[in-house]
Amino acid sequence: MLNFFQLILIYAGIYALMAIGQNCITGYTGMLSLCHAGFLCIGSYATAIMCKTFGFSFWLSLPVAAIASGLVGLLIGIPTLRLKGDYLCIATLGLGEIIRNVATNLNPVGYNSVPRANLFGYEFASRNKLSFIILIWAFVLVFYILFQQLAHSRLGRAMIAVREDEVAAQSNGINVTKYKISSFVLGAAVGGIAGCLQTAYTLTVQPGSFTFMVSVMVLCTVVLGGMGNGKAVILGAFIIQFISYFPQLTGLTNIIPAQAKQIIYGLLLIVMMLWRPQGLLGRDKFRYGDPRTRKERLVSFFVRGKAKGGRA
Amino acid sequence: MRILETEHLTREFGGVIAVNDVDFHVEKGLVTGLIGPNGAGKTTLFNQITGLDKPTSGSIIFDGKDITGLPAWKISRLGIARTFQNIRLYKELTVVENVMMGLHFRVGQDPFHHRFTQALKSYLFASKENREVYRHAMEWLDFFELGEHAQDFAGSLPYGKQRELEIARALASEPKLLFLDEPAAGMNPAETAHLMDVVRKIRSLGVTVVLIEHDMKLVMNICDNITVLNFGMKIAEGTPNEIKHDKDVIEAYLGREEEE
Repeated sequence: MLNFFQLILIYAGIYALMAIGQNCITGYTGMLSLCHAGFLCIGSYATAIMCKTFGFSFWLSLPVAAIASGLVGLLIGIPTLRLKGDYLCIATLGLGEIIRNVATNLNPVGYNSVPRANLFGYEFASRNKLSFIILIWAFVLVFYILFQQLAHSRLGRAMIAVREDEVAAQSNGINVTKYKISSFVLGAAVGGIAGCLQTAYTLTVQPGSFTFMVSVMVLCTVVLGGMGNGKAVILGAFIIQFISYFPQLTGLTNIIPAQAKQIIYGLLLIVMMLWRPQGLLGRDKFRYGDPRTRKERLVSFFVRGKAKGGRA
Repeated sequence: MRILETEHLTREFGGVIAVNDVDFHVEKGLVTGLIGPNGAGKTTLFNQITGLDKPTSGSIIFDGKDITGLPAWKISRLGIARTFQNIRLYKELTVVENVMMGLHFRVGQDPFHHRFTQALKSYLFASKENREVYRHAMEWLDFFELGEHAQDFAGSLPYGKQRELEIARALASEPKLLFLDEPAAGMNPAETAHLMDVVRKIRSLGVTVVLIEHDMKLVMNICDNITVLNFGMKIAEGTPNEIKHDKDVIEAYLGREEEE
């Protein structure tokens, strides 16, 4: 039982990372993309190849995974990001499948027994789940902070403008294409890092595990939590993983078939769209137009009734 | 002095010629009106100049530079701002945040003027930069007497105020030339009167204004020069008084008298 909870924590962390990337693409910039499985795949393969074939350490393969994934994002982003809405969705869906097929053809059986990651002589062994929980959630925390800062910076502001109205953004001097591509590349890079961590945990990479379903789950995570809301997507990751492992947790694997979770995700998306399209926690109010300092915001967070930003 | 000139500007959509060989020019510091019946090509002309659409042929000279075919964001940075016929505000952001978007390229410049260091600086010191942008934005809101609505959502403002907010957002980028596409459309007489004051105030800031408008009272009152388009062609230009008595203009609006 404890084992399962730990497993959920690990996978919730990996999905939270992917969701942070997806949130950058879909939540901030408003691009509907469905290829995070592809970025996860690139990150995983990069790590497996770097560590196993070339004997690099895990820590060195981490930036390589991020860069490789980001580069693919860049290459694909330049031609496809001029598409809008549903068309972009279809194009990225195709991309995800292409990456998986290339990976399958590259090495149909995948990689086994990838060398373990180690930190200052401490080896991360798969059976010691606690160490992985700490490792993965440390990454989630770091990327949460990085992307939260991004959302509040000039770059994030421009991304929001693109999401709200592309034409208006252009005439406000915002280079729409540049910000769309930046957002896509950043999102892809985080996906790559998630793949790297997943490989460090499972020590195997199989092309069959990067199906379209993974992309849907990541998108589901963001929609469920709340688009553009950093905290919400992490909450979403927990819920999605909980649903995913529900049969094992309750010991009902004989009664509930594995496919049931796909139905649940679909239902969840429909229910969310009907009753709470903004997600469980709703859209993050970025409050650029908040004259208060960080300290004042923190105070008002704890002292109720002062939540609304006043004038300077 | 002419701040903007178009030479033989033409835009074809398939077989339709929306703008046909138009030489449009704008004098610096004045208010120029662009009028014409529906479908005369006024908005198309605006879109060519502000870069949202590319001309089929012809050239656009702004402030001595050829800006033909540049992307909209570059043209905006050179100093041409605009509003839209169907209001395009960031509706889910607050009023002050809308104006902050207009300030996008006006703030956060670093001493090295290098794009990477600039991006890094605005990333690391986002909070500080936000406050600076906020302060600027509030100044513009106060100029338009919208300060009290600063924390409201842009979409929740009354129609007239939304139009003014769009002008505020455009003006926040400190343009040399401001294009207003039917600013008084859908406004009641009181709002229109207020808009006229606003345009005069903008003119007194030294910003050149070009406006498309169907409200003739407004056009005749505040424009120094008027250009008239019909079927994509320029049919007249001059002072409001000249335009009022121009035979072609009257014909375009009211039709020709039957000849015996």
